[in-house]
Amino acid sequence: MTRLPSRPARPPMPPARPPMPPAPFRPPAAGRRARRAGRRLRRAPLALATAVLLVIEVYPLVWLLLGSLKTQSEFMNNPTWALPTDWTNFDNYRQAWESGVSRNLLNSVIAVFPSLALIIVFGVAAGFALEVMVWKGRGTVLLVFLGGIMIPSQMILLPLFSAYFKTHLTGTVWPLILTYTATGLPLTVFMMATYFRSIPKELFEAATIDGASAFRSFRSIAFPMMTNAIFTVGLVQFFFLWNDLLLAMTFTSGAGHDELATVQVGLLSFQGRFGAVQYGPTMAAICVNVLITLALYLFLNQRVMKGMTAGAVKG
Amino acid sequence: MRQVLGDRKTIAALLAPALITYSAVMLAPMLWSLGYTFFSGSPVRGFTWSGLANFAELFKDPKTKDAIAFTAKYALTITTGQVALGYLLALLYVFYLKRSSTLIRTLTFFPVVLPTVAVSLLFQKLFEIAPATGPVNSALEALGGEAVNWFGSGSNAFWVIAIMDIWRSMGFYAVLLYAGLVDIPEDVIESARLDGAGGWRLARFIVFPMSWPVLISALIFSINGTLKVFDSIYALTGGGPGSQTTPLTLYMYRTAFAYGDYGYGSSIALLLTMLCLVVTVFMFRGTRKDLTA
Repeated sequence: MTRLPSRPARPPMPPARPPMPPAPFRPPAAGRRARRAGRRLRRAPLALATAVLLVIEVYPLVWLLLGSLKTQSEFMNNPTWALPTDWTNFDNYRQAWESGVSRNLLNSVIAVFPSLALIIVFGVAAGFALEVMVWKGRGTVLLVFLGGIMIPSQMILLPLFSAYFKTHLTGTVWPLILTYTATGLPLTVFMMATYFRSIPKELFEAATIDGASAFRSFRSIAFPMMTNAIFTVGLVQFFFLWNDLLLAMTFTSGAGHDELATVQVGLLSFQGRFGAVQYGPTMAAICVNVLITLALYLFLNQRVMKGMTAGAVKG
Repeated sequence: MRQVLGDRKTIAALLAPALITYSAVMLAPMLWSLGYTFFSGSPVRGFTWSGLANFAELFKDPKTKDAIAFTAKYALTITTGQVALGYLLALLYVFYLKRSSTLIRTLTFFPVVLPTVAVSLLFQKLFEIAPATGPVNSALEALGGEAVNWFGSGSNAFWVIAIMDIWRSMGFYAVLLYAGLVDIPEDVIESARLDGAGGWRLARFIVFPMSWPVLISALIFSINGTLKVFDSIYALTGGGPGSQTTPLTLYMYRTAFAYGDYGYGSSIALLLTMLCLVVTVFMFRGTRKDLTA
């Protein structure tokens, strides 16, 4: 569970609000202008820092993108910051695609999306049972789920490996789906419970008075009301599962079933086969991998940022 | 009302799928793993009872010591780097860029969602020395320095790992801490300014104490993540050169799958779990004292 560090059990304390201060003092106009110029000068280093920051964040990816369009001789003979000579040279991509990337992508999709669906359905149902339904011991069960956030994957890896082997699941996609679903549940249940807490209880009580069964309330009220939360949590879990290496490596390539290798495992072995010899295809393979997550992020960036950090501070 | 929202059958039906999956695939294996620590061997070779030998080995094995030392060094360096740089970025967003910070925030956050393996392979190429010279070494040469064989020694490789992991996640901590800084009421800062506090003193006495709780959350979050680091180091250096950049997680993986010793591997995993637990509890208690003092 490298990707799910624990989070504190309570939200940060809200800062105390002091009494209102008097209205801010306004300097006369001439002084204000001089002050503004001075401030601009003082802030020049900050503007420079921001520019440097942007270069550091963006340049590696630009370099990667350019590299994926270069030929082998360009890598060897031209300086590393040279632009590609032929901007429409997609040979690297074709080569990467044909030597396994397409298969890996398909494997990832087959493993990740069923897991996501299970995580969401199980997680929302459990969140509803733990937060909206009224029964003794629900606090304890929620805590049991929470504990799972702390457990490192290493702790469950070996027994699972033996268990899947003994039940003859090794060599199929099931070990990945089962493990992904289980490791995604603690955070999902916890976040769903938090979201349900913010829905007024009166809503479900009113539905009950109108004659809805608890299951009906769940299906017709809770689930539709949670679409936003479900989308956010699903997005966060998608990145976790899609980017996973440890579990995928253990249950696919570790078991000697390379035909099941996911994108990340495939990329690593691709690098092993081609990396030192052929730069272009390797760069193209990395690029494909990066562009998928990047495209998703570009469309949904605010959503992703909110979801990813909510997992850290909430609760 | 009670009857409907407390209906046992519905509760069971809704809770069972999640609880059963979670228990079967996480809780049971955890206990099973605890059982493994008293044995040596693997499913292929068969298991033999070894009592507490694995735990004795944990204290004697120099490789475990190295792995613990590396994990500690890594966790401390990266946590400090991530949270400190993230905090600086958050301050930059709030006090310099203000409302126009959305674009910068979005850009600095995106390495967070990139696949670790892809980023690791990218950094291998960025810091490469031969056969092709990567951008970092090219820049060093252009500035009159000498190209460095970054993956040739443990200490150099450590710096690449550190730079990469901080690059990857500082945007995340920046957004996390930004949320805490934005929560500081405008009027508190304004009134402190009127009282003559500026720049450093404003940061030291107002901004820093008021963002303390969210800073602690970030630290706990970060140290837990860094103690469990695996993907990025495995893909970047593979633990090498030799085993000089091998954290506990990777050592555990090697012990179990390369040397086929599940018993000792489980003991290392247990050690790791305890480490995470102790550090988190310790930080919680330490910070709670600070808040009440």
